[in-house]
This record gives sequence, C-alpha cells and structure tokens, in this order.
Amino acid sequence: MSLNIIVLAKQVPDTRNVGKDAMKEDGTINRAALPAIFNPEDLNALEQALRLKEKHPGSTVTLLTMGLPRAAEIVREAIFRGADGGIVLTDRALGGADTLATSYSLAQAVRKFGNYDIILGGRQAIDGDTAQVGPQIAEKLGLPQVTYAEEILSIADGKVTVKRRLEHGVETVEAPLPCVVTVNGSAAECRPRNAKRVMKYKYAASTSEAPKLSEALQAKIAANPELQIAEWGAAFVEADPEQIGLAGSPTKVKAIENVVFTAKESRRLENNDQQIEELVKELIANHTIG
Amino acid sequence: MANFYTDNSDLKHHLNHPLMQKIVELKERNYTDAEKFDYAPADFADAMDNYDKVLEIVGEICGNTIANNAEAVDHQGASCSNGRAHYADATVENLDVCRKAGLMGMAMPRRFGGLNFPITPYIMAAEIVSRADTGFENLWGLQDCAETLYEFGNEEQRAKYIPRVCEGETMSMDLTEPDAGSDLQSVMLKASQREDGTWVLNGVKRFITNGDSDIHLVLARSEEGTKDGRGLSMFIYDKRNGGVTVRRIENKMGIKGSPTCELVYKNAPAELCGSRRMGLIKYVMALMNGARLGIAAQSVGVSELAYREAYQYALERRQFGKAIIEFPAVAEMLAIMKAKLDASRALLYETSRFVDMYKAYDDIARERKLNDEERAENKKYSRLADALTPLAKGLGSEYCNQNAYDCIQVHGGSGFMKDYACERLYRDARITSIYEGTTQLQVVAAIRYVTTGAYLDLIKGYAAEGFDGKLAPIAENLSKLTEKYAAAVAKVLEANDQAYLDFMARRLVEMAGDLIMAYLLLKMSKTSESFYNSTLVYANFIAAEVTRHSEFIENFEIAQLEAYGVKA
Repeated sequence: MSLNIIVLAKQVPDTRNVGKDAMKEDGTINRAALPAIFNPEDLNALEQALRLKEKHPGSTVTLLTMGLPRAAEIVREAIFRGADGGIVLTDRALGGADTLATSYSLAQAVRKFGNYDIILGGRQAIDGDTAQVGPQIAEKLGLPQVTYAEEILSIADGKVTVKRRLEHGVETVEAPLPCVVTVNGSAAECRPRNAKRVMKYKYAASTSEAPKLSEALQAKIAANPELQIAEWGAAFVEADPEQIGLAGSPTKVKAIENVVFTAKESRRLENNDQQIEELVKELIANHTIG
Repeated sequence: MANFYTDNSDLKHHLNHPLMQKIVELKERNYTDAEKFDYAPADFADAMDNYDKVLEIVGEICGNTIANNAEAVDHQGASCSNGRAHYADATVENLDVCRKAGLMGMAMPRRFGGLNFPITPYIMAAEIVSRADTGFENLWGLQDCAETLYEFGNEEQRAKYIPRVCEGETMSMDLTEPDAGSDLQSVMLKASQREDGTWVLNGVKRFITNGDSDIHLVLARSEEGTKDGRGLSMFIYDKRNGGVTVRRIENKMGIKGSPTCELVYKNAPAELCGSRRMGLIKYVMALMNGARLGIAAQSVGVSELAYREAYQYALERRQFGKAIIEFPAVAEMLAIMKAKLDASRALLYETSRFVDMYKAYDDIARERKLNDEERAENKKYSRLADALTPLAKGLGSEYCNQNAYDCIQVHGGSGFMKDYACERLYRDARITSIYEGTTQLQVVAAIRYVTTGAYLDLIKGYAAEGFDGKLAPIAENLSKLTEKYAAAVAKVLEANDQAYLDFMARRLVEMAGDLIMAYLLLKMSKTSESFYNSTLVYANFIAAEVTRHSEFIENFEIAQLEAYGVKA
C-alpha cells in the first residue's frame, strides 16, 4: 500500500559549531552568527520516511517546516535527498511562538494538508531541546504517538511497528495509523544528497523566492510543479490568531542564569572573553562539546 | 561538517579553467540533452554549476563519512573466504553512500544512466575521494572501466552493462598474471570459442584490484598458438554467470581496504568486447591510460592530505618554546611539499583537460564525421594527452611518496607511531608509483615525447605567453633551464645509442616534467596571486633538479655505462 508521509523538520542554528558570538547579551541565541542547518534528528526522521517510500512504492514524502521564508532551504535539501516536495509554513503572525503555539500552527497545517498516513519528525531540535512539538501535535490531532523511535520496522494492516530506543534497552511497539512518530538520533543516518536530484531540482523555489530569479528560471519553475515549494500562511491554514505567535505562547523567559558548577573538577575563569574562548576551544578539542 | 571540496579553493581554480567552456560545449553537444533529460544542463553556466554542486556532495561525503572510516578500513581490511572477497564493514558503508549519492558512472552518457560529466570534474572527484581514503579510491575509481566498455563494446553491451555500473555495481580490470606483470604480452589466460560462438575463459589472474567485482574486463589469449600481444583479446565477464572464484587475497602494505585478488577461471562464460586480437594493443592501452590518470589523481589526493596533516601538526607541536613551523628547516619542508602538491595538481588537470578534449571529439566521431578542423584538434589533444599522462602519473606518484615521507618527518617520532594518519598515508602512498605501470615504465612511455621534441614544443608554447612583473625573473630562469634541458636532450640523441638513451631517459623525462609543471604554476600565478609562493618555491626547487640532471649528463661518458651494469 502506498503512503502519504509528512516529515516535520526545522531549520536550526548550528549549535554544534559555536563561536564566541553564539549568544547575545541577553542570553538568547544569536541566530545571525550561526549557520542555519537541517535539524539533525529531523534528518533521521527523513531517512525513515524515505525507507518507507522505498518499501511502499507510490508513497509520497512531504516535508513540512515552520519558520522564516529561508526555511525553503531545508525543503530543497530534503528534495535533494529524496523527498517529493515540501511546504514552508511562514507568516509574521507565527513569529515568537513557543512549543504550544508552534504545535498548534503545525497541527493546523497538517489538517490543511489532509490525507496523510503517518507523520514523522525528529525527537527534538538542537536549538530548543524541548522534544515537545512532536507529541503536542499528536495530542492536538488526536493521534497516537511513538517517541524515541530508532527504526520503523514495518507498516501493514493499518499498523506501524516501531523499535524504540530507551535508556536501558529497546522496546518494540505497534500503533494504529495514522500516528506521529518522533525519531531518535541513534536511528540510521540520512542518505546523502543525490547528484541527479540536485541537478534536477536545484532551481526549486518557494512562492516568495521565485520572483527574485531570472525570467527564464521563473518560466521554468512555473511550467514545472515539481520545482514549486508551497508557502502557507496563518490564514491559509485557518489558524486562530489567539493561538499562534507570541499571543499564543504562554511560555515566557523569566530570567537566564549562568550555571556555576560546584563539583571538585571545576575551574575558575575570570569573566572575560579571552578565558572563556580558550575554555570553549579546549572543550571542543577534547570533544566535551561539538 | 568537513567538506573536502569547499575547503580547497585550488580545486575551483582548476575547474574554472578557460578551456572548460569548449570541453563542456563538446561534451554536451551544445546542450541538446536538456530536452531529453531533466537533469541535463541548459547552458555552460548551468553545467558548471552542476559540477560544482555535485563535487560539493563528493566533498561532504568524503569529509564526513569516508575519511572518518579510513582508519577502521585500514585496521579491518578486506578478507577472503569461500572463494569470495569481502570488503571491510566501513568499505561497504562507503560504497553504499556513494551509490545513494549517485556518484557511480559519473562520466557515462545520460542515456545509460550516467551524469555525462567531463573527465576533469570526475578526476577532481577522484582526487577528493583519495584524500579521504586512498584505498577506497581504487574501488570507486574502477568505474573508469565503464569508459573502456563504452568506447569499445557494442551498443548491446553498453546498454547491458553501463546502467548497472551507474546503479553502483563495481568493476575490475583483470590483466596481470603470475608471469605477466609489466609485460602483459605474456598473458596466458585462455579464451576458447565454443561451437555456438560463445566464449569461455580458463586460467589464473593475480594482483587483481577489486577482483571479485560485478563486471570484469579481462585480457585473455583468444588465438591459440600465439605468444605475443597480437593474440590477446578483451572480454567482459559478468559475475552473475559464475565461473570465477577468488583463491586468495594479498596481504598488503597499504590500501588494505581494496582487495587484491588471485582469481581462478573455470569455464567462465564471457563476451568478446570489440575485435579479436585488439585486446592489448588497443583496448588495454586505452584502459591503462584512463587508469593512469586515475592514479595521478589518487597521488594528488594523498599529497593534499600529507601536506595538510604535516602543516597542522607543525602549527600545533611546540618545541623550544615555539611552534615547530617557525623553524626554517620545517617551514622549508612544508613549502616544498606544497609546491610539489600544487605542481602535480596543475599537471593533473592540464592532462585531464587534454583528455577531455580528444575524448569529446572521439565521441562526436561516433555520431558523425568530424570536419577537418575538428579532426586536427582531436589529433592535437590526443597527442598532448598521451604525452602528459605518463608524466602526471609518474612524477605525481613520486611527489606523493615524497610528501608522505616528509609528512612523517614533520611529525618526528609521533609520525612513526600508529597514532597519526600519516603512518597509514605513507603505506598507502607507496603503491602509486608501482601499479598501472611503475615510474620506470612511465618513463618508457614518456621518452618518445622527449626525443620527438613534443615536450620542448609544449614548454616553448607556455613560455611564449609572456610573464611580467615579479613573474618575469622566474620566467627568465625557466627559460635558461629550458636551454639546459634542450642541450641535454641533444647530447644524448647525438650518441644514437639505445642503451645510453634508456639509461638517461628518467633524467630527461624528469627535466621535461619539472619544466612543464613550473610553467603551469607560472601561468596560474598570472591569474591568482595565491599560487605565487608555490611557483617561486617550485621554480627554485627544479632549478637545482634540472641543473643536477644536466650536469650529470654533461659529465657522463658512454664508456661509464659498464660500471652501472648496463651493456652498451
């Protein structure tokens, strides 16, 4: 049986390669200083989706991402790796969302998308590390959810069988379709971009990107639906303005504190850039971080 | 996220050479494929963008997967059991990722599922793969064989085998036998034609790289009773048909991930590829030329890694209160390593562009008759490619060995330990100056271009382009060195003695190669300041080399040959 698969993904700052500009004075992430990448565990989810597509000919894999218009970059990246297409949910009204507002907005987009069999996503994003969005979407859509998935073993008779990676072992569970599965970083690495797909789809552009291209390319894109990346706004997915963006986000950052370790191995640094930067370099060198 | 393509701006410099415009135009037949294939480029810029983007994939896979696997592959190595060769686990992963990325059959036409890339970006990919894992480059690079199958096989054979290569099946070229190494004319593997016209192979092959591959090109004796190269034909053996087993694999010094097999053929069914008797004299020569360019690329990849490892270590290692790179003796070693690296890479891509030019014309000639101008160009570039290929392979592989040696030297005692990559690199490098024809055999292939004056013409052509500013004094020196080379050639030829010429051949070929590489660097310095240091360092380096050879030849008397055990 063929499947309609949605992969939820997020474009995130590459927190694995932090420099001294990584954080702003107020303790929030300085997104401008970090390269934007495909959230790593979302790539694991994409790989599971592509494997399902291989096992179930005729299936489609659609990437759904919420973010700035430039998140179209990860839709292209997904297409280069084998996805059929993607949707960028982008709207100023969606900005400043916490996980509650984000999951509401994405759930609305999934509803709009309609006919789906399974929703996959990474366990969590490396910027927020909450692991809340996937499960919240499942709740909002009234779907069963399987978290910490390491491998989707099979889909048959309207049921999915999933191997979960838990702290002390693995667990194999079954869930009825449709359902939400969030995939762990221990799952198979995502396949690389494919040379032919890159050459074929490199001009794929979103609704807001296309007008900035040459006329010849615009015509090429207009003539080929495979090169069109959809952009959806809050109104299009019929989102309640009270439940999205800042307005829909009860989470507020009250204060940010520097954590002071009190263990014996601690080391005292003077509060200056040079010493901090040296420590960061040292921690990267000995692979404590990065 | 390491990327072995984007972290090396020199590669882009070579990819963007002015000759590429013509190469791509010919290769893409004025971009007519765009109507038939959705991944074909619409124009030159589009094609170049494709090469760039695909090389970025190669760089990413190499930087993140293949390079990280290299140590595990070296430790586990390939193995052999039950008549089959088995790759190391990480090699299997490497091949899988290359297949998924669609990097097999890169140079094959689109109608067979290939990417239709010119040789130059393909060779660039080979260089990048070699930097990540030299032994893996062999397995991946054997897709070269498809080129020979394409050139000499019939349309049915192309359609049957090339799509399989593009899908990721591997190939091997089964040439060497226990008694036929450098001397392939002695090949004994027997090809017998059965009554129904089909062929079977019987005998033994040895030292076959990736010998348990899916599709083999086999050199075999089809003409009973013959003893020389004219009795040999080329065959295609398909592993799916069975009949060939792996008796053992070699326990090698380096490139341990690449299984080197001894093969036993027992009534193995095979298809004749091309015409009978042309196996060695035409097809294997073409196959070897392609393979030699591949080894030249492999050598540059090793040189690149050797330089990077040495440079990084010299920056980090502190002795006597400072980084060792600050000591002139270490700094000079690194400068010369870089100069040799840049020089051999310049020669590699000059050669690959010449190969691209003549192969593109060859291919057009399969569709229609070439006009006079095209035929002349085809001939010109074919000669240039033949002249430069043995230099690129011979001298490039020697530089790669020298750089691997110096890389360990920069590491000092640590370099002798298994803890650093340079130790593996040193072992992997060693084969490059041996297989696909030793350096000594590259000299045999190259010496005719010394005696015909082809190299001298090429050198003079480069010199005639003119160099000003701070490049002028370098050009001036090279011009004096060219005179020394010409005088040495004249002296050796004057004697009209084959043994004497053979004895001096390596010196003369090295002089020519040194000058060609020096001029190529000089030309690059014209457009990019970043090559100036290497140009200067290399010009100084070869001044000493050329002069050394020149004086040796100048002072040598033919009667002295006897002392070297050479019979005049």
